[in-house]
Amino acid sequence: MSNEKHHIVPYRVYVFVLLGLIALTLLSIEITHIDLGSLTVAGAMVFAAVKSYLVLTWFMHLKYDKPYIVTMVIFVFAVFAVTIVVTFLDYLYR
Amino acid sequence: MNSTSIENVANYLKYKGKYKGLLGWIFSTDHKRIGLLYLYSMATMFSVGVLLGLAMKLELLAPGKTIMDAQSYNATFTVHGVIMIFMVVVPGLPAVFGNFLLPIMIGAKDVAFPKLNLLSWWLYVAGVFLVLAALLFGPGTPDTGWTFYAPYSFKTGTNMLPAVFGAFVLGFSSILTGLNFLVTIHRLRCPGLKWSKLPLFVWTLYGTAWIQLLATPVVGITLVLIALERLFGVGIFDPAMGGDPILYQHLFWIYSHPAVYIMILPAMGAISEIIPTFSQKHIFGYKALIASTMAIAFVGYLVWGHHMFTAGMSGTAQYYFSLLTFIVAIPSAIKVFNWISTMYKGSINLQTPFYWAASFIFVFLIGGLSGLVLGALAANIYVHDTAFVVAHFHYIVFGGTGFAFFAAIHYWFPKIFGRMYDKAWANTGWIVFFIGFLTLYSPMFYLGMMGMPRRYYDYLQEFHGGNILSTIGSWVLVTGFIIIIVNLVRSARIGPKAEMNPWNGKTLEWTVPSPPPLENFDEIPELGENDGPYNY
Repeated sequence: MSNEKHHIVPYRVYVFVLLGLIALTLLSIEITHIDLGSLTVAGAMVFAAVKSYLVLTWFMHLKYDKPYIVTMVIFVFAVFAVTIVVTFLDYLYR
Repeated sequence: MNSTSIENVANYLKYKGKYKGLLGWIFSTDHKRIGLLYLYSMATMFSVGVLLGLAMKLELLAPGKTIMDAQSYNATFTVHGVIMIFMVVVPGLPAVFGNFLLPIMIGAKDVAFPKLNLLSWWLYVAGVFLVLAALLFGPGTPDTGWTFYAPYSFKTGTNMLPAVFGAFVLGFSSILTGLNFLVTIHRLRCPGLKWSKLPLFVWTLYGTAWIQLLATPVVGITLVLIALERLFGVGIFDPAMGGDPILYQHLFWIYSHPAVYIMILPAMGAISEIIPTFSQKHIFGYKALIASTMAIAFVGYLVWGHHMFTAGMSGTAQYYFSLLTFIVAIPSAIKVFNWISTMYKGSINLQTPFYWAASFIFVFLIGGLSGLVLGALAANIYVHDTAFVVAHFHYIVFGGTGFAFFAAIHYWFPKIFGRMYDKAWANTGWIVFFIGFLTLYSPMFYLGMMGMPRRYYDYLQEFHGGNILSTIGSWVLVTGFIIIIVNLVRSARIGPKAEMNPWNGKTLEWTVPSPPPLENFDEIPELGENDGPYNY
C-alpha cells in the first residue's frame, strides 16, 4: 500500500543474520556429537528455534511489521504448540 | 451505499482479453472466470464420484457379488472418497463461490493475488490428473480408502504413489487459495466495510482460510512420509521397524478433521446469506454467528482424535477428544438456532434456494446429532466402522456441504450467469433429490446400529432390506441430480435474462450487473455508517 511506511534494512544486517544462521547450523551439527541423553533432540530444537526466530524477525520483517501481523504469527505457533501437547496426551499416558 | 451501473462494460463472460476461446478461460486471472473453472472441474469430478457411489450401492443391492468383486469394491470406495473429499468438498464452496463472490462482496476488483489464484486452479487440475493416473496406469487402483491408513498404504501392491502425490498437490492448491483469501479480506475491503460489517459468507471464508493454511501442510508432510515409507522404508509408521502406525492416524486427522470444517464452514456462510435474504429480515445474532464461526475453526482444529477411539490411544487422550467433540457442537448449534430465529416473523419468500437452505438445516441437524453419538466414547465403540458412520458422514458432508452448494448455486445463479433458471424444474429437482437423499442414507443409521460394517462388498442376509431401500434411494437421488443439472445448464444458455437483484439481497454483489463486468465496479463502493449486509 502506498500510504504505508517501509522500513529499509541495511544489507550488512542481512549479512550478519546470514552469518549467524550459518554458524548456528554448524553448531546444530556439532551438538549431535555430544551425548546429551534424552536432551539430544531438545538441543537440536533449541538451535532450530533460534534460527527460526532470526529468519522471522529479520528476513521476514516481523520486527518492523504491524502488531496484528506479529499476533498472527504468535497465534500460529500457539496452535502448533497446542497440537503437540494434545498429541502427547496420547503418547505420555498410553 | 453507492450502487454501480456499468451496463456498457463487457461482462466477464463476454470479455475478450489477450486470449480467445478456451485459452481466454484457462489463462484468465479474473476471479469470476476462475470460480467458474472450478465449478466446471468440480462438477465433472462430482459426476464421476456420483457414478462410483451409484456402483457401490448397486453392488450392495444384494448379498454376495452383484456387479463387482471385493477388490474392485475396495478400489471403488477409495476412488469415490478421494474424488469427493479432495476434489469436490475440500475446494467446495470457497473455490467456486468464494472466488466468484469474495472480491465483489468486499467491494474489490479482484483477489489480492490474481495470478496465484490461477495457479491454484492449475494445481488443482494437476492434482486431479495425478490421481486419475493412479487409477488408469500401474499395478492396480488404490484400495486403502481415502484415509491412506498406514501400514497398509505402504504395503499394498496397488498404485499408491501418484494418488498420494495427487492429494499432496491438491493440498497446495487449497493452501494458496486460503492464503489469497486471507490477504484479500485483510487488505482489499472497500472504505467503510469494517470487520463488523462483513457478510457472514466472507467471515466463514476467513475462518476456513486459516484452517486451510494451518492444517493442510500437516497432511502434505504426512503424505510425503507415506511416499518415503513406500520408496525407502524409513519405518516411521512401521511397527516392525520401531515406528507407530497410530502416529500416522494422528497426523492424518490433524488435517482431515479440520478439513471437515473447511468443507462445512463456507456452507454455513452461504446458508447465513440465503436465510436473511429469503426471510427479508436482518440476520439474528450476527456477532454470535461470527464468534461461532471462529470457535468452530479453532476448537475444530483440536478434536481430531475422535476418529481414533478404537485405535489404541491412551484413555486420557480419549477423554480429552470426547470432551472437545461435545464442546464443538455448541457453536454449531448456535448457528442453527440463529438461522431459525432469523426466519421467525420474517417475510419468507419460498424460492428454490430457501428450500435447499431449509433442508440443509434439517439434514445437518440429524448429521450433527448423530455426531454426538459417535463422540461419546462408549457408543463410539459400538458403532465404530459401521454403516452408521457412513450415514453420519454423508448427512454432514453431503447433506451439509452438498445441500449448501446447491442452495448457493440456485441463489447466485442469476448473478453468475445473468439468466434465471426454470423455478418449477428447480423445485422438482430439489424435492426428488431430498427424498432420494433421505432414502439413501437414513437406512444406513439403522444398518450400522444393527452391526453392519462399512467397507465390505458383502453383508449378512439380515441387512438385505435396509440395503435395498438405500440402493433405491441412490437411484432417486441421481434422478434429482440429473433434473437439477439439466435445468441449470439449459438455463445458463437460454434462460430468461435475470435482473440485477432478483431476490432483494443486501450484500454488495447485488449492486453490480448480472453478470458482473470484468472488474466488478467502475468505482470502488463506499459504505456509510448505516449500510450493512443485512439491513432490511
